[in-house]
Amino acid sequence: MADIPQQPVAASRPLSPHLTVYRWPVTMMTSILHRATGMALTGGAVILAWWLVAISNGLDGGYQIFMALASSPLGMLVLFGATWSLAYHFFNGLRHLAWDLGYGFDKKLAERNSVIIFALSFASAIAIFAIVWTGHGGYLQ
Amino acid sequence: MRSLQTPLHRVKSLGASHSGTGHFWRQRITAAALVPLSLWFAYVAIGLSGTSTSAPLQFFAHPVNAILMAAFVIISLYHAALGVQVVIDDYVHSTGMKIFLFLLVRLFVIATGSACIIALLRISVF
Repeated sequence: MADIPQQPVAASRPLSPHLTVYRWPVTMMTSILHRATGMALTGGAVILAWWLVAISNGLDGGYQIFMALASSPLGMLVLFGATWSLAYHFFNGLRHLAWDLGYGFDKKLAERNSVIIFALSFASAIAIFAIVWTGHGGYLQ
Repeated sequence: MRSLQTPLHRVKSLGASHSGTGHFWRQRITAAALVPLSLWFAYVAIGLSGTSTSAPLQFFAHPVNAILMAAFVIISLYHAALGVQVVIDDYVHSTGMKIFLFLLVRLFVIATGSACIIALLRISVF
């Protein structure tokens, strides 16, 4: 009898789709960024909780400390990252909902929309910072 | 049409993921709810930027604003827990570690959410 076939040699052929063998199409980038911004926003929930707790501590509480940290260079960087993450996750999330309804799967359209979502997310984050920076925020007092 | 589910599957109403389509569906429902709530949150965050403590205190003392903020916090954190769970499912393959991380994520969202809700209650009720 012939020998029982051995396990195939773990060889030089590629085994499964692996990130490093692909060039990076823009749609792959937008997909991974959706996940990354989602994770970042989950961590960013701590900032939201901190803000609300600081407010609830009243006039003598830590609100001034929070605001001082938020307006420091590092604080601004973190807040810009959170703002862009929320904008990106928002716009790309809308696209995910459209996909779930069966729209937008065409390859060229998906690539075009990826670029639009990138541009929109940065434009929104920069616009929000411009509004706050130039003192046009704070309209709720 | 005859169901393609096996009798056992129907009894347990779970698929290979042990959760059926419930997770997927909740992720989408919370996402849809967060579309208007996120826009409202952005409007509020910009509107309260650069103000003294009294402005956000007065703003969240209004029950409608407190309730909308509570909804944003709870639905966001629920959506976050569902999303992080998928990431853990994808990258963590040991069952023990997976369960540990699931619990850690839930602890995190419950702790963060509780802090937000208690803060809102302190502002708007007490």
